[in-house]
Amino acid sequence: MEWKKITTPLSSDVIKTLKCGDLCLITGKLLTARDKAHERIAQMSAAGEILPFELKGELIYYVGPTPAKPGEIIGAAGPTTSSRMDPFSSMMLELGIKGMIGKGKRDRHTKELIQKYCAVYFSSFGGAGAYLSKRIKSSKIIAFDDLASEAVHELFVEDFPVVVAIDMYGEDIYEHAVQQYR
Amino acid sequence: MKRTIHTDEIRKAISELIYNANFITPPEIKNIFTEMRSRETLPLAAETLNILIENIKIAEEEKIPLCQDCGSVIIFLELGQEIEITGEYLYDAVNSAVAEAYSKFYLRKSIVADPLRRKNTGTNTPAFIHTDIVPGKTLTIDVMLKGGGSENMSALRMFRPTDSVEKIIDFIEETVTAAGPNPCPPIFLGIGIGGTADAAMLNAKKALLKNPGDHNPDPFYRDLEIRILERVNNTGIGPMGFGGNNSAAGVYIKEAPAHIASLPVALNLNCHSFRKGRRIL
Repeated sequence: MEWKKITTPLSSDVIKTLKCGDLCLITGKLLTARDKAHERIAQMSAAGEILPFELKGELIYYVGPTPAKPGEIIGAAGPTTSSRMDPFSSMMLELGIKGMIGKGKRDRHTKELIQKYCAVYFSSFGGAGAYLSKRIKSSKIIAFDDLASEAVHELFVEDFPVVVAIDMYGEDIYEHAVQQYR
Repeated sequence: MKRTIHTDEIRKAISELIYNANFITPPEIKNIFTEMRSRETLPLAAETLNILIENIKIAEEEKIPLCQDCGSVIIFLELGQEIEITGEYLYDAVNSAVAEAYSKFYLRKSIVADPLRRKNTGTNTPAFIHTDIVPGKTLTIDVMLKGGGSENMSALRMFRPTDSVEKIIDFIEETVTAAGPNPCPPIFLGIGIGGTADAAMLNAKKALLKNPGDHNPDPFYRDLEIRILERVNNTGIGPMGFGGNNSAAGVYIKEAPAHIASLPVALNLNCHSFRKGRRIL
């Protein structure tokens, strides 16, 4: 299969070319956030506090890596289940993120928001934590370090493999997957 | 004459089992992956299986955990009643072995002390320990690492005793289809049939302790396992839910006697990263 090379930050022009089912290799910066970081962002936003990092234009990776061994950049770092972050989709897209990387289905609301904000949802390869860690070239915690593996990390990745799971036209790979067998 | 086992020996065994489960995939599971890859016809599904096979290789060679979710540690003990445990309290020994292993091997600590207040214990303990007393002088230790994504897709339904087997298979297909990509397919599916509600759930997990290539010894349940595997693979969910022929890598049933009014069916889904091991002391 053909792999499409893309770089972050993702422009709307690039997002428009991405179609559900495309295999992509991402190079550039990602920010990590999972359950607790999303909850913290929501609490801070509700309290009118300024976030310690900028979300505008960012691609968010739902991951809680294993600790890096001494001398290593990061441990295993595969995607976690995205649907747990569905309640935060509206807030995050409103704050300016351009896309999300995780695994598994999204709710209907998130799908509509992806279309509305010209964003994209990628699935990476769940359970391929060792494989994916090799594509991460640097990692540092930039916020919420008390959350340990759930802290917000800034990652630089090279040829990080993902599949376009929901494109900006609202097409969803998980619906196609099952339908083609019916 | 009782046989004595010191808890230091148990700690050592548990530590080794945790290490192996996180980094090393046994040949029988590698073979299942090779077979699935050879059967897969859709290009994206084949590519996905290639990545999962490569992941197994990298984890083993470079000592990186197979998955960042190093799981809840589920421990099954079959304790021979002619054994006397010496040393410390058995469950303390188990938990300190788990804590030490998760720190020493740089594994992710994913356990919170309280389900609602959610403070991480920082040690990946407590482990979830199930003990059965059995005849004899041996202690069998099974360690299973269970990721949150697949555990969250567990299901239980109390059927009528007069419901057909077909209805049970429909429920299984519905559950696996609804779970779709979330449990990281191709899944290893544990099914507990019979018993009480709690026994069925536990049996669904115990069913997964079988040798991955083995079937239920009872031909009736063996055939049912094969039928269910076919049905699940015909859903088209495929590896990681991207579509394909391989949605399940194995189906394992553990049945139990039940009340005349009851027919519980419990499902425990395990991701493709089937991390477990056994040691007999």
